Amino acid sequence: MRYLFKTRYEQDIALARHSGDVFWYGLLLIVLLFIPGVLGEFYVGELGGLFIFAIVGVALMILTGYTGLVSLGHAAFLGIGAYTNAVLLAHGVPFLVSLTCAGLLTAIAGVAIGVPTLRMTGFYLAIATLAFGAILANVFQKWTAVTGGFDGFAVPTPSIFGLRIEGATGIYYVSLAVLIFVMWLTFNILRSPMGRAMVAIRDSEISAQSMGINLALYKTISFAISAGMTGLAGALFAHYVRFLAPDAFDILLSIQFLTIVFVGGLGSIRGAILGAAFVRLLPQAIAIVRDDLPFGIGRMPGLEPSLFGLILVLVILFEPGGINGRWLKLKQWFQEVPLHRAVSFRRQKSYARSERLR
Amino acid sequence: MSYFQAQEIAIQFGGIRAVDNVTFDVQQGEVFAIIGPNGAGKTTIFNLISRIYAPTAGKLVFDGEDITTIAPHRIAGLGIARTFQNIELFANASVLQNLLIGRHCHSRVGWMSQLAFLPSARRAEIAHREKVEDVIDFLELQRYRDALIANLPYGVRKIVELGRALCTEPKLLLLDEPSSGLNVEETEVMGFWIEDIKKDLGITVIMVEHDMSLVSAVSDRVMALNYGKVLALGTPPEVQGDPEVIRAYIGGDP
Repeated sequence: MRYLFKTRYEQDIALARHSGDVFWYGLLLIVLLFIPGVLGEFYVGELGGLFIFAIVGVALMILTGYTGLVSLGHAAFLGIGAYTNAVLLAHGVPFLVSLTCAGLLTAIAGVAIGVPTLRMTGFYLAIATLAFGAILANVFQKWTAVTGGFDGFAVPTPSIFGLRIEGATGIYYVSLAVLIFVMWLTFNILRSPMGRAMVAIRDSEISAQSMGINLALYKTISFAISAGMTGLAGALFAHYVRFLAPDAFDILLSIQFLTIVFVGGLGSIRGAILGAAFVRLLPQAIAIVRDDLPFGIGRMPGLEPSLFGLILVLVILFEPGGINGRWLKLKQWFQEVPLHRAVSFRRQKSYARSERLR
Repeated sequence: MSYFQAQEIAIQFGGIRAVDNVTFDVQQGEVFAIIGPNGAGKTTIFNLISRIYAPTAGKLVFDGEDITTIAPHRIAGLGIARTFQNIELFANASVLQNLLIGRHCHSRVGWMSQLAFLPSARRAEIAHREKVEDVIDFLELQRYRDALIANLPYGVRKIVELGRALCTEPKLLLLDEPSSGLNVEETEVMGFWIEDIKKDLGITVIMVEHDMSLVSAVSDRVMALNYGKVLALGTPPEVQGDPEVIRAYIGGDP
């Protein structure tokens, strides 16, 4: 077990807590960089999709996990980013510019939904963002001059400084870069006054206000940042699917995004990544074992949604910390294995449950 | 000219006048206590001062500035900090993070530098941290620094909330029932903290309190309220001996 001996305040600010962090995350990054050379085209493509969902997961984590605002409109933000990027590319705008524009325009859309819903929380906010998503879905369908409507929109192949980003491998690397960028921004937010203000708003609006936090301003900022990051993911999503259809950005996608955040573990960036991995890999896992399942379970319709629902319910009931919470417990178990006592978590768990009733 | 003035403030909720033409002034460096039976309007006065409610009439003046219509989040920046009756800490954060939130009204770093965490943001964070460590030293919270609020006993949370208010470097501190939920020893300790805050830090304190032993131990002047109206105002012995106050607390012939 590692005991941290802190001698400087910088140690509380640093991104890596100790040399172990640097080693393991560095190793993970190197492995990720070499994966396209090892795995097949299909798996590289799926991992690229996972990265895109992880970007949305991180974005929604800022809004839902850290600021405490629920959104059912993130599929619409993804759509805005996707269409902005695709339309600009079709007009000959360079990819890096169109990607930036997709992020900025979606951030503005985030402000547009954030400001009117400032006084809403919980169910009311969920319904308001749901309505926003429904309106945007209609816009994607009906504004045929720009989006192509149900005829769809073929996304041009992007290129960065003359280098064409083609196939699964290209999207894989660009998505990985954007994911790392978004995570870096998020960690910066969390260690500066902005992030603390968000957490304060989540935990107690009244005392946040009396500490000098402008509730309206920070809720809007949170919406803008979350939407902007989702817009970036949307731009990449356009290249991932290659052909945009308006019905891709529906409420089910928004619910999938919320599942990422809840199953991954609220209030944790690692949770957002793990949640995205869960949401992307579960359908693949089902597809792999489907044919080998007994009694024709594999051919049953609705197997995937019902498994998603079941797991979401089980997580909310038994592990409010999500996959991240489970991971932290596993880690602690390994750290103190001969001295470990099962009772270690029991008290906290019952506390967490009663607190959630508030 | 007194340091803080409430001039005939009033607030009405429907037909109820929760605070009815209350006037008082607080001198710089004194501890001013507000007492009264349940529902007398004590906490409502605090909520009026910290602008959570807007008064229906009257005027609040702090340090020569009219604060009656200022936005609620600007109150902390003016130097008025408060604690809450039922502890409003950020439960899923550590003591350190809670105290750092108290520094929010002093953060001047732009949002772009925060996003990129430029050296200016890093320097500002270290400076905030140093101020927070001063408060941790002052209130002797060292061993709880990295503990989660959710895992702390009630008495310690109370001190942490006091510390968070001190981190805003207030000139005027509003304490809403600092002794509620504390046992006799903890209440006595809280009294010492309030005296230290007054003497060592020179902060003016207004507190709402039920515990008369704490009130007489630390406060310079006391105001007694009932049904939103001022019953008596004076030194602790004067107010405790006031027949109106005694009638409000233990009843008697009207």
